Amino acid sequence: MKIVVLWTDAAMLLVLLGTIAYALKVLRTPHLAVTWRKAFMRPSGAAAATLLSFFLAIGLLDSLHFRPLLADRAGSSQAVYSPETRSVLDNILARQQSGRESSYSKPLAYIGYAKESVLENGNPVRSYPRLKFGGADLQDPQNEWAHDVTTRSIEGLAIGIALTVGLVLFASFLLKHRRRVSLRAAWQLLRRGKTSYPLRSVISTVGVLLILCSVIVRLAAAYHVFGTDRVGNDLMYVVLKSLRTALVIGTLSTLVTMPIAVGLGITAGYLRGWIDEVIQYIYTVINSIPYVLLIAASVLILTVFIDGNPDRFPTASDRTDARLFFLCVILGLTSWTDLCRLIRAEVIKLREAEYIQAARAFGVGTWRILAVHLVPNVMHLILISIVINFSGLILAEAVLSYVGVGVDPGMQSFGTLINTARLELAQEPAIWWTLATAFVFMFALVLSANILADAIRDAFDPKAIHR
Amino acid sequence: MINYLIRRTVYSILVLLGVNCVTFFLFFSVNTPDDMARLQLGDRRVTADAIAQWKAARGYDRPMYLNAKAPGVAKLTDTVFFDNSLKVLKFDLGKTNEGRDIDHEVAMRIGPTISVAAPVFAISIGLSIVLALGMVMFRNTAFDSAAVVGLVALMSISSLFFIIGGQWLFSTLMRLTPLSGYASGSSAFKFLMLPVAVAVLAQLGPNARLYRTILLEELSRDHVRTARAKGLSEISVLMRHVLRNSLIPIITSAGLLLPPLFAGSILIETFFAIPGIGMFTIDGINGQDFNIVRAMVFLGSFLYVITYLLTDFAYAWSDPRVRLQ
Repeated sequence: MKIVVLWTDAAMLLVLLGTIAYALKVLRTPHLAVTWRKAFMRPSGAAAATLLSFFLAIGLLDSLHFRPLLADRAGSSQAVYSPETRSVLDNILARQQSGRESSYSKPLAYIGYAKESVLENGNPVRSYPRLKFGGADLQDPQNEWAHDVTTRSIEGLAIGIALTVGLVLFASFLLKHRRRVSLRAAWQLLRRGKTSYPLRSVISTVGVLLILCSVIVRLAAAYHVFGTDRVGNDLMYVVLKSLRTALVIGTLSTLVTMPIAVGLGITAGYLRGWIDEVIQYIYTVINSIPYVLLIAASVLILTVFIDGNPDRFPTASDRTDARLFFLCVILGLTSWTDLCRLIRAEVIKLREAEYIQAARAFGVGTWRILAVHLVPNVMHLILISIVINFSGLILAEAVLSYVGVGVDPGMQSFGTLINTARLELAQEPAIWWTLATAFVFMFALVLSANILADAIRDAFDPKAIHR
Repeated sequence: MINYLIRRTVYSILVLLGVNCVTFFLFFSVNTPDDMARLQLGDRRVTADAIAQWKAARGYDRPMYLNAKAPGVAKLTDTVFFDNSLKVLKFDLGKTNEGRDIDHEVAMRIGPTISVAAPVFAISIGLSIVLALGMVMFRNTAFDSAAVVGLVALMSISSLFFIIGGQWLFSTLMRLTPLSGYASGSSAFKFLMLPVAVAVLAQLGPNARLYRTILLEELSRDHVRTARAKGLSEISVLMRHVLRNSLIPIITSAGLLLPPLFAGSILIETFFAIPGIGMFTIDGINGQDFNIVRAMVFLGSFLYVITYLLTDFAYAWSDPRVRLQ
């Protein structure tokens, strides 16, 4: 096995490490800890954060890429790796990925969507073909199908409920030890939501997730739970892969432009004078170009560049990844102005603070004040703006991919998924499951991001960060 | 007052010049005229000769920013940059790759675009204000919290779903409206109904929430307490004291509506086959026509800067404190 680190993988891992490092710092800094706790203390914020971290976990699993060793060459002296780059998520969903059908099929179906010529007792007949993977174990599908699906769902439900009960018991035991009360009293505290941390909403979210996941996992062992797309790919696989694209775009776009926004914002806010005027002028100019057009123009130029330099991007996955990365850069370059303005306003406030005055009185140099005293104190703004921009960027990706200036058409993303779904809906009978699956996952992701953003925004200054 | 207005106008012109520089840099330096020629001539006909000819026909064979050979002022004026910027600033937007006049195209297509964008703009602001007023009137009740939850949910749905879902529900299933298309005159109504409704719905979430915050902020002011102390009813307090005073921030925030309106018009026009400016832009993007995209970037920014200037003027006119600065 050979580990492959794509550009976006590296960036995702950096984001994760950065967040962990920042979280450790927050825990050691009382005034920051109080504010952040306020954000996660809100039950809706805590529930949203739980759901979001579930999606994040899936995205991270899909960001660990490797190239498997080719087994049949094991005898040769030199190790040969498969040309295909796989992720850990691909391995987990290997059955879904390999159980490809020939074309569309409904969710949980055992037959295809369109009639085909199939051989029955040696005679060609027009009928719905049996699927290769979906319900393949059934001997007499017409009678067994309903029974099989119900048993599997009930089994999944039972496992999910058992896990949830286990979780509740575990939480009650923890609470019992913390508060030194009886188990029953601990359960009452939990049930009434009387814990210092909104455990009730977190546990309910995890519980619902556990139940849904176990039902889906149980069904996915024998069926395509969300149906298949035009070339027969399992939609659950496609939509889980799309999650990573959305997460990469949502986080990286803000992050890649962080140096520009922080640098310019701090300089403008601290030095004021003509430098401030120039920086304000630059961001007014960028801001006055409608973002869709600026992005379209930049992506157009980018495609010409990638096509013109084939030797720099040798494989298809390199090209796809490079396009995703540069799309993030471009999205970031059009949105850094907001972050820059926020940081400038914060620094204007901070420069009058006593510790900055003291540093100046001690003769600390300007650049040292900027780097040592100001940068750490505006770091929270970056994280906040990542969360606040997150949902907008995911929605923007869908629109841009539809317009044709988004991610590479071969890359799984919500935009490409919706784009294909539009034409499928016009078919007779309508193929509704692509759109429905994309809708459910995208809605859950964006909604939880919006709710968390609201909680964080309200916890920090509710007025300074309008909208 | 006059001083302030002049300062703002000059600044807007400077911003437009800046936009021009940014777009020129993007379209001519990042993507050189050689690239443009190669793209347009197609791979087969590319020879050094053909490229040179193509460039000469468009005057792109001159130096980009500084013509060292030319005498005097011509060092700066006899360049691609100067020539091109001057044309754009005079609204001579050039020709498309197929040789059509962009100015003429824009003039032809502005009608359909406005007939979608204007109702969307008016209805979405009106509806958002009404909804926000209702939420503030019944603040801290079940209605208010249900509406807040509903608006967050609306915000979390991609506008693509609204469009696709709306078309499927009202056109394909119920056959109430035409799927797409456009007609001028009185029959335009039935073509415009669905696109306008969809666009309004997609913008409702952020707007109504913003207006609610503005209204609530106004509600906590002293003059509102005074009005209540005078014994005015809640409705007249809301309508005469809160709403009137909140109109200033609401109007100034209307500038924020422009970028989504741009993005919206591109989406709506392509989905509903309305032959407007958004459709033209998409054609330009899909056909890799840099002239169209560049012209649209400039026009869009122009509109944006003008709107901001107008809101500045409205602000100065309505708020004496701004004038004195």
